Amino acid sequence: MIYNEEFETLPREAIEALQLKRLQQVVSRVYHTVGFYRKAFDNAGVTPDDVRSLDDLKRLPFTCKQDLRDNYPFGLFTVPMSNIVRLHASSGTTGKPTVVGYTQRDIETWATLMARSFVAAGLSKNDIIHNAYGYGLFTGGLGAHYGAEKLGASVIPMSGGSTKKQIMLLQDFGPTAICCTPSYLLYLAEAGKEMGVDMSSLRLRVGILGAEPWSERMREQIERALDITALDIYGLSEIMGPGVAMECIEGRCGLHIYEDHFIVEVIDPATGEALPYGKTGELVFTTITKEAFPLIRYRTKDISRLMPQVCKCGRTFVRMERVSGRSDDMLIIRGVNVFPSQIESVLLEIDGLEPHYQLIVDREGSLDTLEVQVEVREKIFSDEIRELQNMEKRITKDIKDYLGVTAKVKLVEPKSLQRFEGKAQRVIDKRII
Amino acid sequence: MKVEQISIFLENKPGGLSSVTKALSDAKINIRALSLADTSDFGILRLIVDNVAKAKEVLNEKGFAVGKTHVVAVEVPDRPGGLNSILELLTGKGINVEYMYAFVERSGENAVIIFRFDSTDEAIEALKNNGFNVLKGEKVYGL
Repeated sequence: MIYNEEFETLPREAIEALQLKRLQQVVSRVYHTVGFYRKAFDNAGVTPDDVRSLDDLKRLPFTCKQDLRDNYPFGLFTVPMSNIVRLHASSGTTGKPTVVGYTQRDIETWATLMARSFVAAGLSKNDIIHNAYGYGLFTGGLGAHYGAEKLGASVIPMSGGSTKKQIMLLQDFGPTAICCTPSYLLYLAEAGKEMGVDMSSLRLRVGILGAEPWSERMREQIERALDITALDIYGLSEIMGPGVAMECIEGRCGLHIYEDHFIVEVIDPATGEALPYGKTGELVFTTITKEAFPLIRYRTKDISRLMPQVCKCGRTFVRMERVSGRSDDMLIIRGVNVFPSQIESVLLEIDGLEPHYQLIVDREGSLDTLEVQVEVREKIFSDEIRELQNMEKRITKDIKDYLGVTAKVKLVEPKSLQRFEGKAQRVIDKRII
Repeated sequence: MKVEQISIFLENKPGGLSSVTKALSDAKINIRALSLADTSDFGILRLIVDNVAKAKEVLNEKGFAVGKTHVVAVEVPDRPGGLNSILELLTGKGINVEYMYAFVERSGENAVIIFRFDSTDEAIEALKNNGFNVLKGEKVYGL
């Protein structure tokens, strides 16, 4: 099923025509209402009239998170506060949070895109949706909530936390779908099992999971533990919140970006140069329908690539691959781009290894070196040197095969690597360049 | 007829070994035999102790990766050719020795050697059938 079939299956030329029309409107609006954009455009030597084709988007300057901080809290809004009906804010891990505002119509659009996402996950008004995303300043809870109501499904506004209650409601209310972060769903599955609940016999059949990077391996774990289909949803509060892109249950291969509301680009994070379809780089979004807080060429720092092939579900919107990392974590080792998350997925592919690792980058002479320190757990420990050396060789080979870079693998004692609450610092870069 | 050996993963760094011996000493566990196999980066410490369960527990508590393996303790005649007579027998049977080390104490007139074989049961069978004395675990832990 497709929620907005007339939009979601538009031919490519029609999508692009619609995008151009909307882009021209939004560019003109921000230029004339927001001092920041007028200045940025003037500095780049462009005016709204220069946007004659979608290709001209490249001429516009980027917007980045720092610009949002510099204009904290409401400096980038294009409408008076009397037209703003809702504010959300991202958790600022460093400094002030970033604040986003919505008009009534923005809330309506957002709900529609979330409803589209639920339908893409195979849901309808007959479903009961357990919403365990946090309600509050975070966009997850209310975003999913309004979408579920828009669809006409029954929504359980559970929010996060209270694990025992979550499990009780999952049993008693019999929801057919759950929204939360993938790691929280895994945690719920384990907690339920410990409470003696058969988590695979719940009525749940699908998980709409996002708000953090996760791997195919984690998807398998979740699907096995709960006997559900786990789907990936993408969004960020700056652009709108959850529902910028959603994986469809028919294809399960990449997330459809709602291109009638957002224009996506992939750029080389180092040079800012736009990359063609299929190339991996940083996602950049331009919102073309948002009223309160439009963003032009916003750099997400999320790394992905675009897949233009039409999906078997019939949606014509371009798909993005699951986010594989953040550009601020990217390392360049002997010219090869390496993301810690890629090393993590290599490690997680090996039975018995846990995602406790540290990367040490150094330079010997003119050559970059990468050392991957991995904790030895009892599952992989052997009393024979040969077995452990085989493990080292296997990790080295997998990293080479997958990333194209030669790493030295060093096994270290359990719990000897630093643990992180919150954002992990996996990389120690000792290079003096 | 098998003896339980514990093995511990150690990084090659100062103080690694002593943190194990300290933990065992604090728990009043006696080391009966040991061997250390090492590469440039890491080592594997293999121990026969008088209380296997407790040793594993205290080392796990200290955060070590601890393995348990079955090894075989054999009395070897303390004379020239003693060890060789055992190895010849096993070679004949196609049994491979993964590693071996000597016990600190003697058993009467004989030396005691700890073996790790690729096929433990076959090795014990062959040794016993050929008149070698394979020591029971309880005996070894208390030697």
